Amino acid sequence: MSAETAQNARGSGGASLFSDQRFRSLFFQALVIGLLGAFLVFIVYNTAHNIEKRGIQTGFAFLDAAAGYDIAISPFMEYTATHTHGRVFLVGLFNTLLVSFLGIIAATFLGVFLGVLRLSPNWLVSRIVYCYVEFTRNVPLLLQILLWYAIFLALPSVKQSITMFNDIIILNKRGLVLPEPLPGDGFMLVPIALVVAIVASIFFARWAKKTQAATGKIYPVFMTNTAMIIGLPLLAFAVTGFPLDFAYAELKGFNFKGGVVIKPEFTALWFALSLYTAAFISETVRAGIQSVSHGQTEASEALGLRPSWTMRLIILPQALRVIIPPMTSQYLNLTKNSSLAVAIGYPDIVQSFGGVTLNQTGQAIEVIFITMLVYLTISLLISAFMNWYNNRVSLVER
Amino acid sequence: MKFGKVLFAAAAATAMTTAAQAGTLDDIKARGELNCGVATPLPGFAAPNAENVWEGLDVDVCRAVAAAVLGDPMKVKITPTTSKERFTVLQSGEIDLLARNTTWTLSRDVNLGFEFVGVNYYDGQGFLVNKSLGVSSATELDGASVCVQTGTTTELNLADYFRAQGMKYETVPVATAEEGGKVYDEGRCDVYTTDASGLYSLRSTLSAPDEQIVLPEIISKEPLGPLVRHGDQQWGDIARWTLNAMIIAEELGVTSENIDEMASSTNPSVLRLIGAEGNMGEQLGLDAKWAYNVVKNVGNYGESFKRNLTDTLNIERGINAQWKDGGLLYAPPMR
Repeated sequence: MSAETAQNARGSGGASLFSDQRFRSLFFQALVIGLLGAFLVFIVYNTAHNIEKRGIQTGFAFLDAAAGYDIAISPFMEYTATHTHGRVFLVGLFNTLLVSFLGIIAATFLGVFLGVLRLSPNWLVSRIVYCYVEFTRNVPLLLQILLWYAIFLALPSVKQSITMFNDIIILNKRGLVLPEPLPGDGFMLVPIALVVAIVASIFFARWAKKTQAATGKIYPVFMTNTAMIIGLPLLAFAVTGFPLDFAYAELKGFNFKGGVVIKPEFTALWFALSLYTAAFISETVRAGIQSVSHGQTEASEALGLRPSWTMRLIILPQALRVIIPPMTSQYLNLTKNSSLAVAIGYPDIVQSFGGVTLNQTGQAIEVIFITMLVYLTISLLISAFMNWYNNRVSLVER
Repeated sequence: MKFGKVLFAAAAATAMTTAAQAGTLDDIKARGELNCGVATPLPGFAAPNAENVWEGLDVDVCRAVAAAVLGDPMKVKITPTTSKERFTVLQSGEIDLLARNTTWTLSRDVNLGFEFVGVNYYDGQGFLVNKSLGVSSATELDGASVCVQTGTTTELNLADYFRAQGMKYETVPVATAEEGGKVYDEGRCDVYTTDASGLYSLRSTLSAPDEQIVLPEIISKEPLGPLVRHGDQQWGDIARWTLNAMIIAEELGVTSENIDEMASSTNPSVLRLIGAEGNMGEQLGLDAKWAYNVVKNVGNYGESFKRNLTDTLNIERGINAQWKDGGLLYAPPMR
């Protein structure tokens, strides 16, 4: 018997097949997938079995049934108790998107600002930011939401409202009351002018960049575009004869009537989410800036670039590559954390659709499934956008 | 082999959960404890006392069922539930009985897969306001901010009522009565609405109870009762007849104090109740002295009502009196 056949004999034996690394890895992967599949099948079967056994009706027909309850905050669409649960879903979704979107904007601005301040050579400023960051990110978000809600509820009552600018702005524990804008004829021209101005600025910026690359001539892009974006709508507003009226709020009975009310539930949630996430973002920004070696700044100065250019053209492009990925997770966190709205009754998708509708219809599995799908979709969209942006700002390496 | 063991354990666990759904009564006997869902503290109906023992009209239903099944009213694991989570907790089998001032409605009975076993408090929805607002009727509430517990029939009645009256309001949703009381106290809302009994209970927890009034309008029928999962008829029967036993005991004048003397009673109804005659317990799958244990340990319905609602919250019997006294309590005969 040669050595080769001996090896073959060993290889075909049961015990030694297992000692083949490739076979072993295939075997374990198949096993894991098989167990996972069996687990999923078991869960689906178990759920279906128990639903049937307990006589719970399933299906999505409830989305077309009248909801029967009211929702306090629905800024984007009309909603009354006679609308359907499907409409509740949309109202909740928009409320979630609203607070997440505004939260992300506020947290980003504040976070970047604080991150830069944290690096300030001024000892006091840097320490104050340090304390803010440590305090905010180490206190649970839920407590911060409740704290802000308590602060807003400590404002004066309706009858003792704080009024500003001759009763135009009113503040009390039921919210901030602002005059409601009533656009007149021809007001549509203003947003159209704004869109035109934005499109024109994009083209101007591109043109200026190309011209600079070709001829070296530099145009004041930022100033021109700012003037255009602010000026054009103002011009349109003036040309059409200022077609905008305001409805002022008046105290009638229990509450102020007319005007736009920004409710304390929204403000408390928005503040808490923004301030909490800003603390994390500021640390990300600090890390990003510090990751760029100081030699880069010195080299740029040696070339005679202005400090603002140094920041914009040398440091930021290199820092963003470090900043963007963790920033994405912060945006995702903020969006998902907005579901804590339920603690103070802000009607986001979890409070309204995932909470009240679930309870009124009893369709727990369907409702939770839809709600989970919503968060998954929002998160994936944010991820996709941030990945696109990350690729755009990433350095072209040679 | 290890995997074999894991698979076997998984299979065994599956078999056990399947078996667990079969007989609620056997489960409870094996466990030696009744899992009962009640309200998040709502004084009078379910709230822990100074010794951290849960008390209240609804808690008494839990204790009565535990006394009937296990012979000991303290063998109850109380689970406080919010109005939002109560049904899921019962559906999932985490509790055996839900006694949480829950309104009996058709869709809850049918669509959610539950079985209401009776009514232990006839209620109706009312409004609580501060006297200083100068409101004397619910029809004057146009434009008010209203605090309401989410996921309740109250929330739906509220929308219906204001729509029918052609009035507008701002809804302020709260998760629990406790939280609602705080928010109302802060002045976030002008009006608090829930079942009238809940209003009296809530009022007792506010910072200035005497400053609050309950408006005269009662805008709905709210028969509050305990419920179980649909499908286990025997368990539903036990819960139903435990509640009935408390009501019948009051009707027959049997109290926790005089029940021991009742053995010498000449009234066959009393003898059937205390298990001296007939085989009521056997029919239910319980001990012959099941109803005796209920009344001896928890008391009859009237005792429970007085102890939990009249003595502490000054709630009158009203429509919750026995049918003989002009109320709505009317238990079917135990025979």
